[in-house]
Parts: sequence; C-alpha cells; structure tokens
Amino acid sequence: MKGFKRLVYPYMVFAGIMIVVPMLIILFYAFTVPGNDVISVKLSLNNFARFFSDSIFISVLVRSLVLAVVTTIVCILIGYPAAYAISRLNADSQTVMVMMITLPQLINMLVRTYAWRGILLNFDISPELKVYIGMVYNFLPFMILQIYTSLAKMDQNLIVAAQDLGCNERQAFLKVTLPLSVPGIISGITLVFLPAVSSFFIPKLLGGGSYVLIGNLIENYFVTTGDWNFGAAISLIMTVVILISMYLTRKFDYNQEA
Amino acid sequence: MKKKFDLKKLYLALVMLFFYLPIVYVVIFSFNDSKSLTSFTGFSLKWYQKMFETQPMMESIYYTVIVAVLATAISTVVGTIAAIGLSKSNRIIKELVTQVNNLPMLNPEIVSAIGFMLFYSTFNIPTGFMTLLLAHITFCIPYVMLSISPKLRQLDDNLAEAALDLGCTPFEALYKVIIPQIKEGIISGALVAFTMSFDDFVISYFTAGPGINNISTYVYATSKRINPSVNALSTIIVIVVTIVLILTNVVPMLRERKKKNEKIA
Repeated sequence: MKGFKRLVYPYMVFAGIMIVVPMLIILFYAFTVPGNDVISVKLSLNNFARFFSDSIFISVLVRSLVLAVVTTIVCILIGYPAAYAISRLNADSQTVMVMMITLPQLINMLVRTYAWRGILLNFDISPELKVYIGMVYNFLPFMILQIYTSLAKMDQNLIVAAQDLGCNERQAFLKVTLPLSVPGIISGITLVFLPAVSSFFIPKLLGGGSYVLIGNLIENYFVTTGDWNFGAAISLIMTVVILISMYLTRKFDYNQEA
Repeated sequence: MKKKFDLKKLYLALVMLFFYLPIVYVVIFSFNDSKSLTSFTGFSLKWYQKMFETQPMMESIYYTVIVAVLATAISTVVGTIAAIGLSKSNRIIKELVTQVNNLPMLNPEIVSAIGFMLFYSTFNIPTGFMTLLLAHITFCIPYVMLSISPKLRQLDDNLAEAALDLGCTPFEALYKVIIPQIKEGIISGALVAFTMSFDDFVISYFTAGPGINNISTYVYATSKRINPSVNALSTIIVIVVTIVLILTNVVPMLRERKKKNEKIA
C-alpha cells in the first residue's frame, strides 16, 4: 500500500520541469536585459525602471485595472439579482436555469466574442464601451453561478427565524441573506477580476486595436517586437498587482466575517 | 407578492436574452446571402460550403479535436496515477505538489503561456504540434488531480490492503479496487480537461508553431477582416455543444427511470 506513493514521483519531475522551470525562466528574463549569455549573467532592474518611468505604460496598467474593477462591479450588480431570482425558483427550474447559463460558456470564448462584433457593428458606440460589453458578457456567468451556489446552500430556516424575530423582508435580506452570500461574491470576484485584468483578445476583437490593455502590451512585446525581457517584466508586474488585489479582497472578506 | 414574482422572471428573461443574443445572431447570419454582418439579404448556405472549402479552417478544427482528445487521454491517465500516489504521500510532498499545481490554476493564463514559450525557446525546442500538445497536457493535469483528490480522501485504505492480502498484485489492486471507486472523479476530471483544451486560446496562441492553429487562434488570426464562414463554424459548434449537453443530462435521467422500472418489474 505504502508503495503506491512512488506513483507521484514521475509527475513531480514532470511538474518541476513543465511548471516550475518556466516560471523561473520568466523571472530570469524579467531581471536581465537582452544580450546575456548564461555564463556572464548580469542582473538588472532596467526593465522595471523603464516601465515605471513611462507614463504611457502606467496609464495602460491603470486602464486595465479600472476595466477589471468596473467589469467585476457590473457583474456583481447584474449577477446578484439574477442569482437571487434563480435561487427562489422551484428545484426543476433552478436546474434548467443553471444549465442555460452553462451552455453559452461551453461555446468557445473567441467565437462568442466574435459574435458580439457583428451585433456591435450596428451601433455607433465607442470602442471602450464595446470592450466593456464583451467583458461583462464573458464573465457574468461565473459571477451568477458562484453567488447562486452560495445562496442555494443557505438554510432557508434562517430567514424564517429572522422574520419570526421581527425582521421585515428587507431587513432579513440585509442582515441574513446578504452576509451569508459574501463568500459566493468573493469567489465570483476571483473568477472575474483575475482573468479580466490580463484579458487581451476581447479588447483586440471588439476595441479594434485602438484600446490597449496590459495583456495587449505583453502580447506585443512577445509576438511583434520580440523584446522578451521587457515583456517578462510587464507580466511580472501584472502578476504582483493581481496578487496584491486578491490579498486585499481576501482580507476584506476576513474582516467582514470577524 | 405575485407582482414581485413576475418581476424576477422578467429580469431573468432579460439576462438570458443577453446571454443568447449573440448566439442567435451568429446562427442567423451564418445563413446570410451577403458578406454583411449587419443586414440580412437572403438565405444561403454558401458560408457553410466556403467553410468546408477553406483548408486552414478545416485544419484548425482537426487540430482542436485531436489536441483535445490526446491531451484529455494523457492528462487523465497521468493525473489519476499522480493523484493516487499523492494520496499516499506524506504531508510535505502533498503540500509541495498542491502548491506547484496551484501555479498554473491561479496565474493569469498569459503568464503560463509566455512561461511555456520562453521554456521552449531556452531549450531550443521548435514550436509546433508537439509543443502545443505538451502545453495542453501540462495545464490539464492539475485540474484532473483536483477533481480526483476528494474521492481519494473518502477511500477506505483497508480495501486495497485486503485485495493485496488476498493475492492481488499491486497493479491489480489499483485497477480492480482503487480505480472503480474513484471513477466519478476521473470522469469529471476528464470532462474538465477536454473543455479546457477545446476552448483554449491564450496558451495555444503562444505555444503552437507557425501554420498550426486551433479554432480559437484561427478566429483570432483572421479577425482583422470580416469572414462569415466563422459564423458557419460557430453555428456548428453551438449545435454540437447543445446536443452533447442535452445527451449528458437526458441520458442519465432515462437510465434512472429505467432502473426504477426494473425495480418495479
């Protein structure tokens, strides 16, 4: 029986090579400048200095963060009432609704975004608004399903108890239902905010190339200009920003519970 | 009270309209007579014909399917074996492997993608079909392990022990005792792996060599000009996904009913 533990060893080697080594290579590229060979490596912070000293790069980073934050908030505002409405339906209708939300998600994301392009051609709106519509469309299902799951798990007796103890419907919602669904909102935020920050095909397909986000910047430096060192540094900066945001969200969740 | 109930249904109907609008739009315009994406000029099947005649497009479907099938098969086998081994390992190894597996799941996709790209370039591996497949296998395995691990925690160790005592070889104990008990986890892991691989864009974009496209990277590469054959392709995907979803939900229901009927008989 104990011998079975050896079964994980080959995968540990594989994961070390295919998961850990690539991350180390990104770090290596981010902290070096082009023209290094392995024997005479010179570490440098040039890439980071270049990023933070240029207001264009900073504004792209800020724009990506704003887009991700607004997308997340809109998803909560539209998604919460939808999840709440689903959780009030009878069991069969709930299953059907969850299936109906899952179905579009199973269709390729690129294909769905491409579909929006045709519709949005009918409207004379700014590329920025088009990108926002595409983002909300792609990420809203995650938010609804996460909030719905936390609402469906809730013990309905708690609301009855709150009402017995003199809460009106609104108070019962604000004091019982809403606080208990916060974990669902938080995991929804994780599933929306994180991919939204780094998204790069939605702005490209719907914004028509005029709307540059941090993901587009990374793509450009890797695919077009070939400055991999700077591209690696940008992706490292993005990852750190995301980690900080997630840490703050979790901390908010923790404080909320305490 | 009744009025409020209707309001909720109306709201849900609006949300569903938002979700299905682009899908309906694509299906309608795939039958359009002209190239326009805004005005429907007449019914025609020419974009379907054009789709089957466009070789790069058919190739992208082929690569998407073949990569998804191979990546699912390989990552399911490797993930199952690794998850079983991991469940018997000590705490340090468990923690280590879990943390490493979390990296690709929590990292933004584009970071994993450039990681693969830089890795291949550093070791002078030319990108192509194999690098694409290897990347897909790598990002699928953690998801397979994630869906199997909870089943392994519920497993009774004594059963495999008993099988060994009764003369099973370790392989037989694995195959006849452990695997059947975690079957559900393996199947859901394989399903997740298949959808992840089938839908992937970002990682494929950075790891497939020139000339190799899956559906996502093909749509992206040709997105600069209007190409209504993409609508035809999308419509076919919509139909296939709908059929699969209905089958996976209706077939278990029918089977359940049959079981019930047999019990009665």
